[in-house]
Amino acid sequence: MDFFLQLLVNGLSVGLLYGLSAMGFVMVFKSSSVLNFAHGELLAIGAFLFLVLSTWARLPIPAAFLMTLAGCFVLGFLVERIFLRPLIGEQLIFVIMLTVGLAAIFKGLLLFVFGGNLHTYPVFLPEGLALHLGAIYVPPVYVASSLTGIIFLVLFGLFFKFSPQGIFMRSVADNQRAALSLGVHVKKVFALSWAIAALVAGMSGIVLGIINGISVHEISAIGLKVFPVVILGGLDSIGGAIIGGIIIGLLEAFTGGYISPSLRDVVPYIVLVFILLIKPYGLFGLVEIERV
Amino acid sequence: MRTIKFHPCGNFKEHYEQEISIFETDFGRLWMWIGLLCLFGVLPFISGEYFLYVLNMIGIAAIAALGLNILIGFTGQISLGHGAFFGVGAYAGAILATRLGMPFWLSVPAAGLVTALVGMVFGIPSGRLKGLYLTIATLAGQFIIEYILVHWESLTQGTMGITLPAATLLGMEITSDRAFFMVIYACLAGITLVTVNLMRTRFGRAFIAIRDNDRAAEGMGIPIFPYKLLSFAISSFYAGFAGALWAFYSISITTEPFNLSLSVEYIAMVIIGGLGSIPGAIFGAVFITGLNEVLRFVTDMFMQMGLSTSFGLNMAALREFAFGLAIVLFILFEPKGLAEVWRIIRSNFRLWPFSY
Repeated sequence: MDFFLQLLVNGLSVGLLYGLSAMGFVMVFKSSSVLNFAHGELLAIGAFLFLVLSTWARLPIPAAFLMTLAGCFVLGFLVERIFLRPLIGEQLIFVIMLTVGLAAIFKGLLLFVFGGNLHTYPVFLPEGLALHLGAIYVPPVYVASSLTGIIFLVLFGLFFKFSPQGIFMRSVADNQRAALSLGVHVKKVFALSWAIAALVAGMSGIVLGIINGISVHEISAIGLKVFPVVILGGLDSIGGAIIGGIIIGLLEAFTGGYISPSLRDVVPYIVLVFILLIKPYGLFGLVEIERV
Repeated sequence: MRTIKFHPCGNFKEHYEQEISIFETDFGRLWMWIGLLCLFGVLPFISGEYFLYVLNMIGIAAIAALGLNILIGFTGQISLGHGAFFGVGAYAGAILATRLGMPFWLSVPAAGLVTALVGMVFGIPSGRLKGLYLTIATLAGQFIIEYILVHWESLTQGTMGITLPAATLLGMEITSDRAFFMVIYACLAGITLVTVNLMRTRFGRAFIAIRDNDRAAEGMGIPIFPYKLLSFAISSFYAGFAGALWAFYSISITTEPFNLSLSVEYIAMVIIGGLGSIPGAIFGAVFITGLNEVLRFVTDMFMQMGLSTSFGLNMAALREFAFGLAIVLFILFEPKGLAEVWRIIRSNFRLWPFSY
């Protein structure tokens, strides 16, 4: 029973991380229908930027955190402006391959600067955040990441629901042409959604870095795990991303614990194929019925 | 006696056959024969060991890239699993040759057939999915195949790898790079011919119709799903064929090379070469394989210049960077790829000095 509970907690916490990582991905997809293969690298950039600012430049943690988020925001904006904008209206394959190419560029740069080794942040979260639920100990990082996850989820929920920019973004996601004819600045919306997505990715990257340590390969591998998560949750649903993440995390933990540790990494993809065949728009995705 | 055909100064085609003829002029045919003569008669005898190796790698990559171009460029189904299919072919060839003792000439096409079957299995999602959903499904296929290759140890010997027997053809042992060059390029020439002609048949036209508008294609009476599966099968056959050749050429194989980045490399070949262009796939194979070799050369050079090893290790990262940069620049500035560049150069020569 203890084993089961431990697996449950592990799965939940890893799944929450997947969900957090997937949030930025969903945001880009929601407004511009771009499948971002460079998402893992965006996570890694956030994590490394925070590393540089907090340990090398020795800024205080809150300042470093805010500056990382600002840096990621600008980066996302630039990526959209330089690389994605010329491709508006191009074939799907070009957009996909562009993000694949971007992923290689970012990964190459990060490996060049930081090498493939594992880096770690100094410990800065107070031990008082830790939770003891009976026999189970929840480390402070998980509490902090859950809190940030929930805060971001609520903030973005409110942002999409009430702020003008959020409403513009939803309108573009719903129907680009109609939004354009009603006076929505679609390009601005794309730029903003990339910037916000990179910001969220940076935040998730920092959390990942605190928990697992920061290594380029590990974090960019999580960028690929995002795919089963978002397909399960629905490609354009932010809440779905979190729930999908948790389900995938639990699935991984239980497969690893009860069936075989080596199956652990591939089980999300097996599930992915079945979901695609049975319910391609996921649990919470928008259903656009088009039979081929 | 037929008259020699030249480029007409306008479009004077009267029959559909003229539209789909392979060579517009007789010079094209002449150049092809000259090219083939140089390829088989001159090139292998003037180039050194290393250059032959690079050429062989290009030939193998070109076969696989041709296959992927049928799937992506002609049928419009984006697959991120081509590297895994290449691996399936390599393993199928190796297992057929070692376990069943099949000869080289039989095991390579047989490996292609096995891979075609696997490709059809992973093409089944295309019956329900299209666009990016299908891409994600093939991404899953890549990971699942990779997992099976590593963990089905009774068949693939897992991470230990398989060592292949020497390839023999018509009683001769094919071991030298030069002999392999002949075999690989003969296969490539044959496969190119088949591909060119395939695209002129009803199958090729059906593929193109599906790419351009699947619903209209269905409306015109093309059964989409069987044709998509056929496209997956043909493209995986090419990948498997190339993979088996690669396995015999490199003698021993492990599961490592057949990862997602190999799949990405093949897509890069197709895009950089030119989507939906048969010479394009070959140009792309030349470009990407050449780029890999140049970058490896540069990396080695930096390593030998006495720079610290850690810096040398970081140079490997620059390879990744340069690779990504090449993809991004091509997509942004020449999305039709090298085939388009080649066409522009050719028509500049043809129309000079009045190129407008």
